[in-house]
Amino acid sequence: MSDFAKLAEAVFRGNAVSVKDLTQRFVDSGDDPMDIISQGLLAGMDIVSPKFKAGEMFVPEVMMSAKALSEGMKIVKPLITDKDLSVAKTIIIGTVAGDLHDIGKNLVVMILESGGFNVVDLGVDVAPAKFVAAIKEHDAKIVGMSALLTTTMLNMKETIDLINEEGLRDQVKILVGGAPVNKSFADQIGADGYCADAMAAKEMATKLFS
Amino acid sequence: MLIIGELINSSRKAINEAVENSDAEYIKKIALEQVEAGADYLDVNCGTRVFNEVETMEWLVNTIQEVAEVPLCIDSPNPKALEAGLALCKYGQPMINSINDERERFEAVLPLVLKYKAKVVALCMDDTGMPETADDRLRVVKSLYTKLKNNGVPDEDMYFDPLVKPISSVDTAGMEVLETIKAIKAQYPDVHFMCGLSNVSYGLPNRKILNRLFVVQTMTLGMDGYILNPTDKGMMGTIAGSQALLGKDSYCMNYLSAHRKGIYEE
Repeated sequence: MSDFAKLAEAVFRGNAVSVKDLTQRFVDSGDDPMDIISQGLLAGMDIVSPKFKAGEMFVPEVMMSAKALSEGMKIVKPLITDKDLSVAKTIIIGTVAGDLHDIGKNLVVMILESGGFNVVDLGVDVAPAKFVAAIKEHDAKIVGMSALLTTTMLNMKETIDLINEEGLRDQVKILVGGAPVNKSFADQIGADGYCADAMAAKEMATKLFS
Repeated sequence: MLIIGELINSSRKAINEAVENSDAEYIKKIALEQVEAGADYLDVNCGTRVFNEVETMEWLVNTIQEVAEVPLCIDSPNPKALEAGLALCKYGQPMINSINDERERFEAVLPLVLKYKAKVVALCMDDTGMPETADDRLRVVKSLYTKLKNNGVPDEDMYFDPLVKPISSVDTAGMEVLETIKAIKAQYPDVHFMCGLSNVSYGLPNRKILNRLFVVQTMTLGMDGYILNPTDKGMMGTIAGSQALLGKDSYCMNYLSAHRKGIYEE
């Protein structure tokens, strides 16, 4: 097993201590930070993602892997320039105004980060204006919105309407998800896509950026 | 024990299709199946029909009542849809699902509780958001209980929902609920409980097993109301068995009739 494969394995196992240790060793021995990320850290999540999708791994395990991944990222991220990190692949994400649910949204964030996307997580109860401000600030190409309540679903529409008014609609693709949301609702409010789960979000985002 | 059948909910694909096609026969069939399986109340939720929720609610309530003479649990965050459903309820004491301690929601729903003398599901959440700990929940329970009581809602019409979260995301999610039940039971012995518990197993394999275990654990501490799929024989059998074991089934009659209905033959 190559050394990077060991790091990938540690991410897959959700072993944060070992991930930290290995990442630091690669950094100390002068390995390229981008290689550490792509061949070690993200390669580990690439083992996790399909297993999660296939029902062989479960939410707590994915969370452990994501935690391990982020421990490694903390060490390497300061070493790389923005140019290296795919700035173009920025995704803004948040739970819409009035809605405080974050479990599903956080899972999507983890899976997207594991796909190498630069995810700007605005948190929960995000007002339309905040989405708009973030699109401008980060020059984002994708916006992801989550809603878990039938009362807050329509705030997705509000947000899309404001993005329209601000003249940003052509710049971004809008993806929506959450328990009460479905494809026909997504179409109705003028979103570009409906994501049934975190893996679907990753696949759709990957397609949109390719 | 109060069982609310949860199947008439437009977020379920088959129900949404029935609503779109005005397929009254399908709605009636699901209503009857739930009653025959032992549901005391039927939940009616069409919250996903955001553009015509009120009309849909009226149609569903009328359709259900053509075949099922049971009380209904009118389920919506929208006071207009609640009122539309409540006004049409013909059988028994209706239930409202739900009120919580968010100021706006409370003020909009309380008048309906009083007007229709309804039972009410009270969610343990307020303007500060979703509760984390048992203490968070109890703070909301205290505030809600006091306000409902002061407005004349009897204790036995209050059904507190402790809000069940997935243990796959928060290790202690199950324990927080158990502690909440225990504390509510100690402080407000006459109120009831209501919860949809399948959330507890989200993200994990063998969800049915976890759900059944959680029913037993929560019942042991005093939980006495569930909103669930009553046609799930495993779950209904677990509840009947648990009731008998907890000494709440005189001469084990309910357990035995569940047995004779074939609930335990899986």
